[in-house]
Amino acid sequence: MENELLSWGQIFASAMWQFTPVWGALALTFAVLIVLKNRLGLLGKLMDSPVGIFGLGIVLFWVFTAIFADFIITMDPIAQFGRVKNPPPGTPLVDPAGGYEYFLFGADHLARDVFSRMVMGARSVLIIAPAATAFAFMVGVTLGLPAGYYGGKLDTALSFIANLVLAFPVILLFYLLVTPEIRLTAIPTALAATLFLFPIIFFVTLFQTRFYTNPSKRNLYVGITLVIGLWAYAGLAFNADPLGIWSMEPNLLNVFVSVVFVNAPTVFRIVRGIVMDLKSRDYVAAGQTRGEGAWYIMLWEILPNARGPLIVDFCLRIGYTTILLGTLGFFGLGVSPESPDWGSTIDDGRKLLTLFVHPALVPALALMSLVLGLNLLADGLREESLKD
Amino acid sequence: MSDNWDASKPILQIENLSISFFTRLGEIPAVMDFSCNVMAGEAMGLVGESGCGKSTVALAVMRDLGKNGRIVGGSIKFKGRDLTNMSQEELRHLRGSEMAMIYQEPMASLNPAMKIGAQLAEVPMIHQGMGKTDAWALARQIVADVRLPDPDRILNAYPHQLSGGQQQRIVIAMALMSKPALLILDEPTTALDVTVEAGIVDLVKDLGTKYGTSMLFISHNLGLILDVCDRLCVMYSGEAVETGNVREVFSTMRHPYTQALFRSIPLPSADKNASPLIAIPGNFPLPHERPNGCNFGPRCDYFEKGRCNAQDIPMSAVPNGDRHASRCLKWSEIDWAAPPALRTQKPKTPIGPVVLKMEDLKKYYSTGGGAFGGGAKKVVKANETLSFEAHEGETLAIVGESGCGKSTFAKVLMGLETATSGSIMLFDERVQSTPIQKRNTDTVSSVQMVFQNPFDTLNPSMSVGRQIIRALEVFKIGADDAAREARMLDLLDLVKLPRAFANRMPRQLSGGQKQRVGIARAFAGGAKVVVADEPVSALDVSVQAAVTDLLMDIQRENKTTLLFISHDLSIVRYLSDRVMVMYLGHVVEMGTTDQVFQPPYHPYTEALLSAVPIADPKVTRKRIVLQGDIPSAVNPPPGCPFQTRCRWKTQVAGGLCDTQMPPLRTLAGGHQIKCHLDDKILAEMEPVIKMA
Amino acid sequence: MLLFVIKRFGVMVLTALALTFVVFYLTNLPPNLEKLARTEGSVRMTDQAVADWIVQNGHGGSVFGRYAEWLGVAPGWALTDEKGVLRGRCVTNQVQTATYCGVLQGNWGTSTVFKKPVLDSVIEKLGQTAYLMAAVMLVMVPTSLLIGVMSGMREGSKTDRVLSFFSIATTATPEYVSGVVLVAIFASATTGLSPILAEWGWIDRKTLFLGTATSAQDNITFWNFTLPVMTIATYGIGYIARMTRASMAEVMTAQYIRTARLKGATFRSVVLKHALRNALIAPFTVIMLQFPWLLNGVVIVETLFNYKGFGWTLVQAAGNNDIDLLLGCAVVAVFVVLVTQLISDIGYVFLNPRIRLA
Repeated sequence: MENELLSWGQIFASAMWQFTPVWGALALTFAVLIVLKNRLGLLGKLMDSPVGIFGLGIVLFWVFTAIFADFIITMDPIAQFGRVKNPPPGTPLVDPAGGYEYFLFGADHLARDVFSRMVMGARSVLIIAPAATAFAFMVGVTLGLPAGYYGGKLDTALSFIANLVLAFPVILLFYLLVTPEIRLTAIPTALAATLFLFPIIFFVTLFQTRFYTNPSKRNLYVGITLVIGLWAYAGLAFNADPLGIWSMEPNLLNVFVSVVFVNAPTVFRIVRGIVMDLKSRDYVAAGQTRGEGAWYIMLWEILPNARGPLIVDFCLRIGYTTILLGTLGFFGLGVSPESPDWGSTIDDGRKLLTLFVHPALVPALALMSLVLGLNLLADGLREESLKD
Repeated sequence: MSDNWDASKPILQIENLSISFFTRLGEIPAVMDFSCNVMAGEAMGLVGESGCGKSTVALAVMRDLGKNGRIVGGSIKFKGRDLTNMSQEELRHLRGSEMAMIYQEPMASLNPAMKIGAQLAEVPMIHQGMGKTDAWALARQIVADVRLPDPDRILNAYPHQLSGGQQQRIVIAMALMSKPALLILDEPTTALDVTVEAGIVDLVKDLGTKYGTSMLFISHNLGLILDVCDRLCVMYSGEAVETGNVREVFSTMRHPYTQALFRSIPLPSADKNASPLIAIPGNFPLPHERPNGCNFGPRCDYFEKGRCNAQDIPMSAVPNGDRHASRCLKWSEIDWAAPPALRTQKPKTPIGPVVLKMEDLKKYYSTGGGAFGGGAKKVVKANETLSFEAHEGETLAIVGESGCGKSTFAKVLMGLETATSGSIMLFDERVQSTPIQKRNTDTVSSVQMVFQNPFDTLNPSMSVGRQIIRALEVFKIGADDAAREARMLDLLDLVKLPRAFANRMPRQLSGGQKQRVGIARAFAGGAKVVVADEPVSALDVSVQAAVTDLLMDIQRENKTTLLFISHDLSIVRYLSDRVMVMYLGHVVEMGTTDQVFQPPYHPYTEALLSAVPIADPKVTRKRIVLQGDIPSAVNPPPGCPFQTRCRWKTQVAGGLCDTQMPPLRTLAGGHQIKCHLDDKILAEMEPVIKMA
Repeated sequence: MLLFVIKRFGVMVLTALALTFVVFYLTNLPPNLEKLARTEGSVRMTDQAVADWIVQNGHGGSVFGRYAEWLGVAPGWALTDEKGVLRGRCVTNQVQTATYCGVLQGNWGTSTVFKKPVLDSVIEKLGQTAYLMAAVMLVMVPTSLLIGVMSGMREGSKTDRVLSFFSIATTATPEYVSGVVLVAIFASATTGLSPILAEWGWIDRKTLFLGTATSAQDNITFWNFTLPVMTIATYGIGYIARMTRASMAEVMTAQYIRTARLKGATFRSVVLKHALRNALIAPFTVIMLQFPWLLNGVVIVETLFNYKGFGWTLVQAAGNNDIDLLLGCAVVAVFVVLVTQLISDIGYVFLNPRIRLA
């Protein structure tokens, strides 16, 4: 029976050991990136920026952690082990029962393993944040393009709505949109039904404008988009997927939709600004003089040339979404009270913060490092894309 | 501040200067072994194409090369003191007081958030420790010196409240505040309209004489150099290739590049059929692709393998010249008087039936007041009663400066805008109120456009081949992808680009090559009418000739009607059959090229002709400098649009010009002029340009 | 200019109406009202009783009508219930005091949590938050502008790299993270600096700074206010500094800066006289537009440090389904945001002579 706490060095070494699959994957990825540097465009150029490499490294660390989470965790992140509350890092379990013998980073007030919760938390963040950001981009792009291109009344109306959403303090909006009561109404579903329609509209228009001169190709691409799109749409927005593959928990849907809703207006404004700048270019005029439709010009002549700032913003926005998800968790509005997502865990830990730091500090640092990585990556990308 | 400097010694003495930029790709030499002397009161011209290093030399003199630039060899002596090893503090005392610089973009050179007066007064306050009141008084005096009206108002204005020409005068005033010994002008008039440019050039010359300032004048425009400078230095790919007295170099050049340059620019003696321009073959070498030996070697007619590419070539003096030197091994062996070998005469394109006819076309825009939608709605009369015909195979030039309505006219013709009134007959169809979406594919593909800015004309994220194929798809040409691919390759052949370019991205192409792709794209649907909006004005002179030639060749083959929009009268004279001169939305003169370029002129055409610098010392021009700037199209003057700047106005009785729009009169031979002047006065007009 | 202000003002009023309506709609959703009925009435009410309660307490009818009543542009509801008691929006002690009594008339309703008029509690709490905001602004604005200008004036220099990394790091640290980290370092009895300092006898209490700011409600001291202020400021500093840096770096490459340099002006004068004003236009707008987001920080920090200000009130209102209080908070929040936007717009016009209208 040993009751010795692990030393800091032992804790560090054991944690590093747990992350072995991540180190392997990181080494492999960077090896590939360095070898193929000259063929990867912007991603290759990123290898010239120390800030960018550092950022990419952190981001990939968390991505691989999310992927290999099942191999990294030491215990079930939701289960309680023993009765001791808030044991400090390195505490041995009273009854390991053949499992891992230590709480590497301690345990929380319900004696759940902090380390495993942190690792599993990465998974939930890295699924929701990029997906929500991607949806927000679809909405922002699909509306920002015509607003910037046509201007006039359409722009005035859309900009007014965007400013309306932006004028809400985010926290108030969350308190209004993410509540158990609102799930009883049709509002989340209606919002989802509206917001999730944009990707379908986006891709259908994309292929239609490009391939209308070649009906067989057009029918193929548009058809595939519609089948997959509407299938996923039915499942995600209405929970009515006949095959049961696409579905979302009502509270997850609620969180997801709210985050998309909050992010889309900012994307809208960025896209609109870039379009207003690019639409006076001669290649746009060339498209117009050969009789191209407005949507072809927006999607194929303007959008590809706006990709630089949009990619940078995408990285930043994933970070921002991560922060938003954390905020939601922090106010107990998160995905579910049980879930190990970082925001909720910080919320759990903060109540006894001045006495036991580790349950809140560990997820806080994890969240910070992921956002930092994304910000550094964005900064590196911006710097490299401006060079030439 | 000018202390007594021995006038027999050069003010600026550059010796064997080498400058490099240090980037990720390593050291890139920008200027190699450059030497030149500028004597007191002398104006030295630096001329060359973009990327030849002329601006780098200027910045090196100011020691402002930025983070990456470094002087790697040689010396720059200003009044005997070497600038290359001076401390920042010493340099600071020279900058602005002993030497000053003027650049291309006047708007960008002025601080947008500071009043003009404060920006001017700062100079003597820094260097002479002058008090604020005295400095403002001096500023007021200099502003009057640069011939700006109402100096007090201007001193209290912000830069954005002035026109481009006024801004450039302020930049010049700022440079002169401390009466510097050396003034560096980097393309000071490139961003300005020709008639405004003429005024600035006059001002610079006069002030140079008045203050005895030496000048280093940088330009790509040979005509302008001839107007302003005493001596010049021709640069090519980082090296000076020829230097000497301006007139001497222009008449008896001793370097093949200078010769080729002169053969490629449209002088009044050139003619598109009898003596066409000769483009310089090949491309300007990139800094890291420079050949061994003579940089110009690969493009030179006199190239001798094993000799010209054997070793670095030094400058060698031309005997009996006025400090004339050439960087050519063979200059004494070349027969400089021999006519060019390659000059081939081309058949004249026959003029066919009318394909495009405009009648009383009007286009008004309404703009919503100020930046915040406040104020009353204003109407911009972009085009007023435009009537003309264009024939098959004809080149009709549309000439005018900014705000004359030439671009609006193009938009209406293309169907991007619809006309307010009047009619456009295209072949046998009325299209004035059919927007492009409603035009059928044939109509759309038969009217196409070539754009001005080569860096903007191609979509940067689409391959060259893809862009041409897209045009073919839209114009419904080719049965399948394979047929279109083949047609695209044919089009690349047509514009004389290698077929391998199909897979390149636009950023891998030079300006001239991009412009060729733009032409290929315009002709993808077999265009019958092509609007070329300043297609070569953004290109280097040596490339201009090649692109112009290409357009002419395609026109000959396809019997295309070319509407050539330009402000450059030299090129217009060279290639057009008929000319239409526009001012503030009105056609003020129209006729065949000979009619327009010979008297009688419309007073505006006369001024325009006089304003265009001509790089031929044998030509004498009458100097007519217009007062003021072009009025805004939002608020045009009453009566004749040109009355505010017209020097003939007093010759018209009864103040008719102030009140009445002149009628379009038809003179002999169908020559049309919109002017109140009597026939008698018109008949007595003298030609502006005389060949000696 | 006048027309611009009028137009801008019109848009502002329209925005305020739209925003308050959305808040009204979302707080008065049927499930919220049902929940309210059960908390105010009894948990075991039948569905019918709940429906009756809703109608009898003026929550029936169209949402637009109720919004108009709440706003004070429609007559307040009034009805006599089966016991013969007159009740209504504008009724106090069975007497109809006015026809209109909405937000515009100063009647913001009664808080069910604090059991007192909403307006009173909101104003009281707002006062507390004003101190916090003011302190945050005092720390955040000068620090961030200084960092931004210092790193932007010599882009790519070592100073720039260090400061840039610092600002990127702070933008990656939301309040709930920086709060936790700061408490861990400075205000925990078991970790960070406090145990060490206490051991050395440098501090008398258990922790260097206080981990809660409750005491600051009565008496603000350096020790109880620093952590909340720093927590909010940290996130903002990085953001504004990044903006300022980008703006400054762009201005420093402008032609007119070269003009100034080649005039012979000293670097100091180039930066202060020529670059600064042009470079501060963009950050100014950003600082003003920070308010909606600053409100976020306030909510988090007041919750984390238990400082009973506006943000804390908002959380209480939302958590307890206190509809009138939540509406009151929303009105204040929307008002603050719109006013700062207006200031930002006008300030932008004022700072930038290019768009000042004749």
